[in-house]
Order: sequence, then C-alpha cells, then structure tokens
Amino acid sequence: MSRRRVGLLVTCLVDFFRPQVGFASIRLLEAAGCDVRVPEVQTCCGQPGWNSGDRGSAQALALGIIDAFAGFDAVVAPSGSCIGMLRQYPAVLGESHPRHADAVALAGRCHELTSFLVDELGYRAGLKAESGDGPVTYHDGCSGLRELGVRDQPRTLLAEAGVGICEMDGATVCCGFGGTFCVKYPEISGAMVDDKVASIERSGASTVVAGDLGCLLNIEARLARLGKPIRVRHVAEVLGGVEDSAEQRS
Amino acid sequence: MSLDTSSRTFPQQVRVARTDANLQQALGKLKFGLTAMRGAAVAKLPEFEQLRHDAAAIRDHTLNHLDHYLLRFEAAVKAHGGHVHFAPDAAAANAIILEICRSVDARKVTKGKSMVTEEIELNAHLEAHGITCLETDLGEYIVQLRKERPSHIVAPAIHVLKEQVAETFAAHHGAAPPGGRGEAAALMAEARSVIRRHFLEADVGITGANFAIAETGTTVIVTNEGNGDLTQSLPKVHIAVTGIEKIVPTLEDASTLIRLLSRSATGQEASVYNTFSTGPRRPEDPDGPEAFHVVLVDNGRSRMLGSVFQDMLRCIRCGACLNHCPVYGQVGGQAYGSVYPGPMGAVLTPSLAGIEAAGHLPNASTFCGACEAVCPVRIPLPKLMRHWREREFDAGLSPRGARFGLALWSFAARRPRLYRLVSRVGASVLALIGGRRGYLAKLPLGRGWTAWRDLPAPAGETFQAAYRRRRRTGAD
Repeated sequence: MSRRRVGLLVTCLVDFFRPQVGFASIRLLEAAGCDVRVPEVQTCCGQPGWNSGDRGSAQALALGIIDAFAGFDAVVAPSGSCIGMLRQYPAVLGESHPRHADAVALAGRCHELTSFLVDELGYRAGLKAESGDGPVTYHDGCSGLRELGVRDQPRTLLAEAGVGICEMDGATVCCGFGGTFCVKYPEISGAMVDDKVASIERSGASTVVAGDLGCLLNIEARLARLGKPIRVRHVAEVLGGVEDSAEQRS
Repeated sequence: MSLDTSSRTFPQQVRVARTDANLQQALGKLKFGLTAMRGAAVAKLPEFEQLRHDAAAIRDHTLNHLDHYLLRFEAAVKAHGGHVHFAPDAAAANAIILEICRSVDARKVTKGKSMVTEEIELNAHLEAHGITCLETDLGEYIVQLRKERPSHIVAPAIHVLKEQVAETFAAHHGAAPPGGRGEAAALMAEARSVIRRHFLEADVGITGANFAIAETGTTVIVTNEGNGDLTQSLPKVHIAVTGIEKIVPTLEDASTLIRLLSRSATGQEASVYNTFSTGPRRPEDPDGPEAFHVVLVDNGRSRMLGSVFQDMLRCIRCGACLNHCPVYGQVGGQAYGSVYPGPMGAVLTPSLAGIEAAGHLPNASTFCGACEAVCPVRIPLPKLMRHWREREFDAGLSPRGARFGLALWSFAARRPRLYRLVSRVGASVLALIGGRRGYLAKLPLGRGWTAWRDLPAPAGETFQAAYRRRRRTGAD
C-alpha cells in the first residue's frame, strides 16, 4: 500500500504562536509512514465566524479549506477544536449548498492528530519524548473530548513514549478559553482558568499537556501572569521530541 | 415579549456575583454535590443511554403532534370532572388563575414549586389583587422571604448559605425555636412548622406539573418534601399550572421520563414523592380538592414549534445542564437575570423574552458541551445557542466592537496572501515586544485578555514562513 497522503491543517494559532507544534506534527506523521504536505493557502477553519453567528464568513472559509485540502487521503490537525469545526462544515454550508457533498467528504476524512495516529494508523511507537523532568498532567480540550471522543489516544501515546501522567481532578472541565468568549466575558473566563490552574497544581505535575493550542495559550497566559513555574506543552511537542519554546527563545 | 428579564445587564451582574463571597462559597458546594450524585446514579443504570434515546424520541413525537395530544389531554381531564384552560400568554394565565381564586373568594393560596408560575410572575399578580401567596417548597419559601428570584430551576435557594437562611428566618419568624438555627435540619423543621398551618388555612393550592399525561388527563409532580402533596390535596381547589410542552402521551412515557428526571436532577433513583393527580376528589375518595384546574401556558412556546429551537421544548427541567455548566458554576443563577438560567436558560430565555433582551445569555458560553453531554433528552444546547448568535448577528444586534473585529478577521482570512503577510508581520512585532521574557502584559485593544493574563509571545516566524524557508533551503 502506498503511503497515505496527509494534508496538515496547521491551524491559525499554531501558525502564529507556536510553529514548532506544526513541525512536531509533521515529524510524528512521517514517522508513522505518512506523506505529509502543508497547503499554503490555508488560513483559518472559520470557527470564530461560525461561533459568532457570522455564517457568511464561516462558509467562505469552509470553502477555502475544502479546496485547499481536496485530493488528500486524510486531513489532520494538531487540534480537536479545528477538526470539530471541519466536521461541522456540512451544517455550515447547509444541505442545499452546491458544495455540500464536498463538505461531507472532508468531514469524513479529517482527524485530530493523536486520534489519527492511534485509531487510523495504529501507531504506537512514539519518538523520543521530550517532557522535561517529572510526570505531566493532561488537560482534555472540550471539542476533542466531547465532539470527537479524544481521551485515551493522547494518553496512550504519552504512556508508550514513557511519559508518566498524574491526572488532575476536573481534567475534562473547560479551561475558560472558548475563542472570543475569553475576551467578551473576561471575569468568567478568568475565574474558569483559575480553577484549571488550581487543578493542575493539585495534580503535582510540573508540566501540563493538551492537544489544543487555544486551551494551552489560555492556561499558559494565566500561569505567566501568576508567575507560576509550570510548563505548558502541546502533546505533539512532547511526542515529537521538540524542545520547550521558552528554552528555544533564551 | 413574554418573559421579563434583567439579562441586558448580565456583565454587571457577573461582577456582583464574582465578588459575593457567600455566593461563591455556595457555588463551590454545587460543583461536587449534584454532579457527583448524578454521576453515581448514572453509573448504576446500564440502560441510561438507551433511556436518553427513548426519552428524546417520546418528546419529539409529542411535540410533532402537540395539537393532538393537547386535545386528548383536555378531553381526559374533562372526563374526570376537571377543567383545562389554555393561556396564550402570561397575562392570560394570571387572569385565568385570579378568576378561579375569586370564584371561591380565596384569600390565601399555598404553592408548590412551579417554574412556570415564576415565569408568569403569578405571585405578584395575585398579591396585587389582595390574595396572599405562600411558597411551601423550602427553597422557594426562602427565596420568597428574601424577595429574590430562584437561582436554580430545581434548587431555588442553592445560592443561599444556611447561615443566611438563619438570618432570614430570624427577621421573619422572630425568636429562634428550641432547636436553634445552627443546623440545616433545625431550619427545615422551623420552616415546616410555620408553613404547615398555612396548608390548613389555604383556599386554593397551586402546583406546577412535571408532566401532563394525555391518555389519562393526569398531572404529575416529582418532589422530595411532600409540600406539593399537601398543597394540592388540602385546599378546596387545586390549580396545576404548566407549559403546553409538558404533555406526554401515556403513563408509560411518563415513567420513562421520571426515571431520567430524578437521576439527572439530584442523582436519586426515584424522588421521594411522585404524585399523580387525576380530576377532583371522587365521592369515595378520603380526601382531595373539590375542583381541579389545569392551566396550560403557551407564552411563546408555540412560536418555537417548527423552528430551529423546537428541540428546546424537549426539556424536562432537571437542571443537570446548570449543575455541569462551568459558567453557571462561576456566577450562579441570578446573574442571568432570568428565571431560566444556565445553558437551558441561554436558549429558552431569548425564545421567550426576545434576543434583544437576552443576547448575552447564548453568548456567555465556551461551547464546552458539558450541558449537551448530560442532558437527559439530548438537547443540542450549544448548537441552539449558536443559532441565537446567528439570529443576533443577522439582525445587526451584536456589539459594534465585536462586529468590527470579526469583519477585519474575515476580510484577511479570506485572502491567504494578505493573511500570510499580516500574520508574518504581527508575529515578528509581538515577538520583539515580548523580548526575552516571552510574554506581553499589555496589548492595544486586548484588555479582555490582559486583564487576567499575559500574552505568550509568538516565536517570531510563522509556521508557514518557516516551512517554506526550510523547504527552499532543504533543511529538516
């Protein structure tokens, strides 16, 4: 069987804030035997528009993504949230839209990174994990968990790579990011991320890992404001053996 | 519109809620109480998911044939000697209930817990016409004494600490009873002794109805205190007030829904009292009311039928979505400014009060999906909240700043070349400002973020730029 042609949806947050999550994703997918390409014309999955009630913008961006990723066997993103959005494209376009069938086809072949590795490829042997010292705790991003059923896959990969996990209480409770929610209702969002930070601290882990950069930026941002020395890593960075971003900078 | 709210000032109410130490202490208990009890009850029932599926199907079938089942219900109630009144809106419902009270010269009414009577503000209407209304559910009684609105659809006084209840009772009942006011049980006993004599004095008893069964003309209340039973059996007249969507076709259907309701609401396998009322007292009955009225309130519900919001009418008011909502858990029910708070209220309140009045509620959600995951009738609550956001956006009601930001983002994101340029410049500028520490403490136009958080600075080069560069140079 020829190598799977995988289109990587980098996601706008990874593109802008933490490119190394994208490179780590490529390394993981290639190690798992995929032929990975990154279409240049991708911008954003359209979720900010869709969740703000702006269907027109969401449709325009959905069509852009559908075109950019035509011809791949699978579309993979290091994000449950963005893949959750791609899975909604049929609803975004609506049944009467001439491209509805294309949206359905894309929704059927797009996957969150860890679930693609584990569920679709049966990939287990991780690269040398880079988790710093001590065990990590894992935060379940809402879309990945409740829309895509991503829960065991990242934990399986971390365990295979020899990374210990101390589960936090309330791992499945939202961190308060919520896209535009965090700037529209800062008091509520701030209180939610404080609860998340408290859960992370109670776990005893020195590193928090998740599969979505939205959650991670939110958590990292609050930890930085509070001056707490807990490291914040994307699961792809840990599994792909990529050094911590802060260390890279210094 | 059909529901009075103070939801427009949600952000101010959030600030009040976040700085209310008593409220925050009360909410802290919620997080580990009701959710844990529900979880344990669900874990013990292997067919719970099948029940959810069946319950949603029962509710959908009923709503798709609501006219038929409403007429069947009416005929069955009449056949048992009761009366059914259809109230198109709150004013009509209040007028009907007042008229029934006047027909028996009622001076005092006792009430079982009923969210629909909260929705139509029945107490204020009756009091304005010289009729005393007494709430007999403990939580409702506390809230009534404190002149507040319920903060939770199942546990109306969940925002009140027992120390505050003691203060409220001291202000209204005078000297403490022999048992004191230190323990919850003592407070409950005190309330019971005060309320009990009112049952005997009341001319009319008003309850809600969790379900109204079409085949038998029966109303059902599911309670834990027994106050509802005394309310509906001791006075001469029983009025059950409920929404038109509470109809279920058969007794069997009602029992399926009750199995889900108690577990979802309080984690009980069955609530303490599941009381079925069919018609007034018959000659051979030892007790019961002389007259039995059912007031079926529309108040905006029929507008939801056949719309994208119809699924919301499946709701059986268990409150599980409130208990599991991280937003509700931070601010409590009263911040929402509606008798229907939390995720179910974020969909139902704009349906009844209009999106102009309640726009904040469907926006104040991260779409985390915890509500939908626990809903016993599988209402897609985040999807319905998104529909409200879409209505709001289409009507031009979203805040101007948000619309402007969205328009800018959309303009750039639709143009990949422009988008790459803007993000490339933005990432390097922010990386520069972030400096060695790698964080920005202040952002122009970014107060919503930086009031609580620093901004992790980007690496400096976007992924797309780095990826193209590496491919050109053959690195990596």
